[in-house]
Amino acid sequence: MAKILSYEEKDTWIHRLSGVTKLIFFLLWCLTSMLTYDTRVLVVMLIFSLVVFKISKTRWSQVGAVFKLVMVFLAFNVFAIYLFSPDQGTAIYGTRTVLFHIAGRYDVTLEQLFYELNVVIKYFTIIPAVFMFLVTTNPSEFAASMNKVGISYNVGYAISIALRYIPDVQSEFTKIKHAQEARGIEMSGKASFINRIKNTAAIIFPLIFSSMDRIDVVSNAMELRGYGKHKKRTWYMEKKLLRNDYLTIGFTMLFTAAALLITFADGSRFYNPFV
Amino acid sequence: MKFKFGIKEVVAIGIGTALFVALTEIQIPTPIPNTYLQPRMAVMAFLAAVFGPVVGGVVGILGHALGDAMFYGSVWWSWVFPDGLVGLVIGLFAAKYAVKEGGFTSTKAIVLFNVVQVAVNAAAWMLLAPALDILIYAEPMEKLLSQGAAAFLGNILIIGILGTLLCAGYSKIGAKSSSLTKED
Repeated sequence: MAKILSYEEKDTWIHRLSGVTKLIFFLLWCLTSMLTYDTRVLVVMLIFSLVVFKISKTRWSQVGAVFKLVMVFLAFNVFAIYLFSPDQGTAIYGTRTVLFHIAGRYDVTLEQLFYELNVVIKYFTIIPAVFMFLVTTNPSEFAASMNKVGISYNVGYAISIALRYIPDVQSEFTKIKHAQEARGIEMSGKASFINRIKNTAAIIFPLIFSSMDRIDVVSNAMELRGYGKHKKRTWYMEKKLLRNDYLTIGFTMLFTAAALLITFADGSRFYNPFV
Repeated sequence: MKFKFGIKEVVAIGIGTALFVALTEIQIPTPIPNTYLQPRMAVMAFLAAVFGPVVGGVVGILGHALGDAMFYGSVWWSWVFPDGLVGLVIGLFAAKYAVKEGGFTSTKAIVLFNVVQVAVNAAAWMLLAPALDILIYAEPMEKLLSQGAAAFLGNILIIGILGTLLCAGYSKIGAKSSSLTKED
């Protein structure tokens, strides 16, 4: 089974924040990082997310495996950008400072390097935020506090069921896979392309059927307990928004506004050191 | 079209998302370089066809965002929403396929399902995804268009083959209506 990120209980002020606060931070943080290409803003965000990551006391063993995977994707993406358009940097920054020539239309320009550096920093501002959100948010508390801030409890419930059942479905998937492999079904690269699709179907079919059963069982159980009868429900894991929550939300909003203001002050989302 | 939202839909979104996330780890490489078939897309299409547009759309968005975050540690937002669009539009015609009632064995339903999925995949990966990519990430056009084309091809293949098989299989075996026939 592939290693995935999941919640781990710890006692830091980040863990004590409400799930909603962390969701708001996470979404606004992603939004800012997506919109800005301003290197100054990105560097500040990078430093800030590393600091917060440190405070959350997340250990390397919790996130290391996933981090390595992200690095592979990142390397691939950076390479692909260069392969497809080696002059994207020039198109953005308007100048062309050739450092050295490789072959054909492939020159290495300072502008291109700078542009790709921005892409890399963008990744690095998001990664700690994603890691932190997943490893510090308790799924049950998250559903409860979403309802507390006025989101329909159906939404909260759907998300909490999803988080609750990911490990179950995963272990069932692994079980079925092993069973099918024991019967001689090849899942690795040794099988031909068409055979691999067929063999995947041999795993997905039982998984779908058992999941459809699970949907029936869980929804019947919920119906029996009167789920959805009233407009409101109470929550075991309920947590009120505290002073720290309001401070965090306020700070995040201010930061987002400031970052976007700085980014778009000169009418372009890019910071141009070349002119 | 059914937009009703009951207990079953809530649970279907929850478990469907879990299924989608768990299946993120299977990727079938194709002969075309850097293009993978994602069986999770077929599962999403199946869920949309059975439970309708809300379940399809939410499983697409939530599943993609969660799956990417948990397995890859970053969320590529401009590809999350096209996924939701695919689920939503396939789900719009849920009543027509009648998967649960055992109607997906007819050629008409299968053709409709595939026409819909090809059309919405084209819209999602050739238009929406590159448009969002440029808007959000400002990456080079050529790279995005070729990525979009690869995703389009991969998704219509896997939904066309595996998705159709899943719906047909479930329609045949798991259908609610009994297999008893009325005697004269």
